[in-house]
Amino acid sequence: MQTVEVTTAASLEVSGVELAFGTNKVLRGVDLQVPTGRTACVIGPSGSGKSTLLRAINRLLEPDAGDIRLAGESVLTGNPDDLRRRIGMVFQHFNLFPHKSVLENVTLPLRKLKKLDPDQARAAALGQLELVGLSQKAAARPGNLSGGQQQRVAIARALAMEPEVMLFDEATSALDPELVKGVLALMADLARTGMTMVVVTHEMGFAREVADQVAFMDHGVVVESGVPEQVFTAAESPRLRQFLSQVL
Amino acid sequence: MDVWSTLGDTFLDWESMKAVLPEMLKVGLVNTLILAAASVVLGTVLGMAVAVLALSRKRWLRWPAKIYTDIFRGLPAILTILLIGQGLSPITRHWWGPNPYPLGILALSLIAAAYIGEIFRSGIQSVEKGQLEAARALGFSYSDGMRLVVIPQGVRRVLPALVNQFIALVKESSLVYFLGLLASQRELFRIGQDAAATNGNLSPLLLAGIFYLIITVPLTHLVNYFDKRLREGRPAESEDVVLEELAHANR
Repeated sequence: MQTVEVTTAASLEVSGVELAFGTNKVLRGVDLQVPTGRTACVIGPSGSGKSTLLRAINRLLEPDAGDIRLAGESVLTGNPDDLRRRIGMVFQHFNLFPHKSVLENVTLPLRKLKKLDPDQARAAALGQLELVGLSQKAAARPGNLSGGQQQRVAIARALAMEPEVMLFDEATSALDPELVKGVLALMADLARTGMTMVVVTHEMGFAREVADQVAFMDHGVVVESGVPEQVFTAAESPRLRQFLSQVL
Repeated sequence: MDVWSTLGDTFLDWESMKAVLPEMLKVGLVNTLILAAASVVLGTVLGMAVAVLALSRKRWLRWPAKIYTDIFRGLPAILTILLIGQGLSPITRHWWGPNPYPLGILALSLIAAAYIGEIFRSGIQSVEKGQLEAARALGFSYSDGMRLVVIPQGVRRVLPALVNQFIALVKESSLVYFLGLLASQRELFRIGQDAAATNGNLSPLLLAGIFYLIITVPLTHLVNYFDKRLREGRPAESEDVVLEELAHANR
């Protein structure tokens, strides 16, 4: 795998973010600081608010309270579409556009949002596909790719927009076990090259090896966070210790 | 009387078929195709507008679409054609004279739009929510996400139902004869019926039926083709792809 170059990364600060679906408070004051070029892994049981947190960060879901700062500036007042162009997101089920080829999946946002001309968009997209090892699949439809390949295309599509932060929402949960490794390797590669990343994951090995910090969420708050060594071997909260005893 | 001979005289009078054939080809077929094609185009455009309104997040946009669909889907086609064709004629005669042809197309299109709107709506709603979410996450607006990502997928999924609707339109185009068309505006059914009345047998109508089948049967096969492709989908993930992926992971 080739090295991904990241030149656009920025810091991300989430402070006191609250979000409710009706009367159901899913986020109850989440704090998370991710310095430029660092990777934060968010772990926790199902329903703890991890995926909702990611969607609050790029305002797919509007927070009810709190603040989110990208490169030091609050992002809650501007146009959410502009914000999302600065934040890449990768989903559990890839969410590639099945009616478009692999190449078109990557060129579509480049042409329509970054307003690149077709040749520029094609060159940029092929470059990103090359980085994830899939340039030879440019003409294929997503449905003809394996899950791992689809997820790598999804990562290429997000990276092509030159995001300042990348969000990964259980990016390997829907993959067959034998295909997880390739996607995690790409994500680790991206982390090493200086992208700011927030990774919601159940892959504890990845969190331990790649993350600069691990945040444990439960019932809509970050219960405990710290460097992986501390979180995995010297957890303070009983809830985290119980969670780790179940997943490790 | 010999039954076969009676049936033959009624349905297989080659002479009366031969006599009406030129008019059926030059006038009837052309008019049926014009009526059907114009209604397909207008009905599809209106249907897409109805679907977009029906899917709106605003109630005051959804309700008119729902009421429209309930009315035009709930009325007999002939009733709608007569109400619009005759009812609007006093207004439209100022624009194009007492010509019922455009109003026939309008009535057929309005009926078709109610069905096509529902077809599009169901197709668009069947697209996974993650598709719009992915588009929004990239920075597309709601309307661009719908236009570029969701609607094209939804439309593909309902192509069989859509072509079925086109077939129905070809057949329903025969109903405009109730509006009293000029001789040059008569479609297949009307020409067949007129000739049948003149000749005293149903052979010209049978010929009209054959022409309808010539139009609709290929469309039926088109439906089957779309249906098969949608049902079978694209080739499943092959073992080769997985092996290739593993090779990549272990590189």
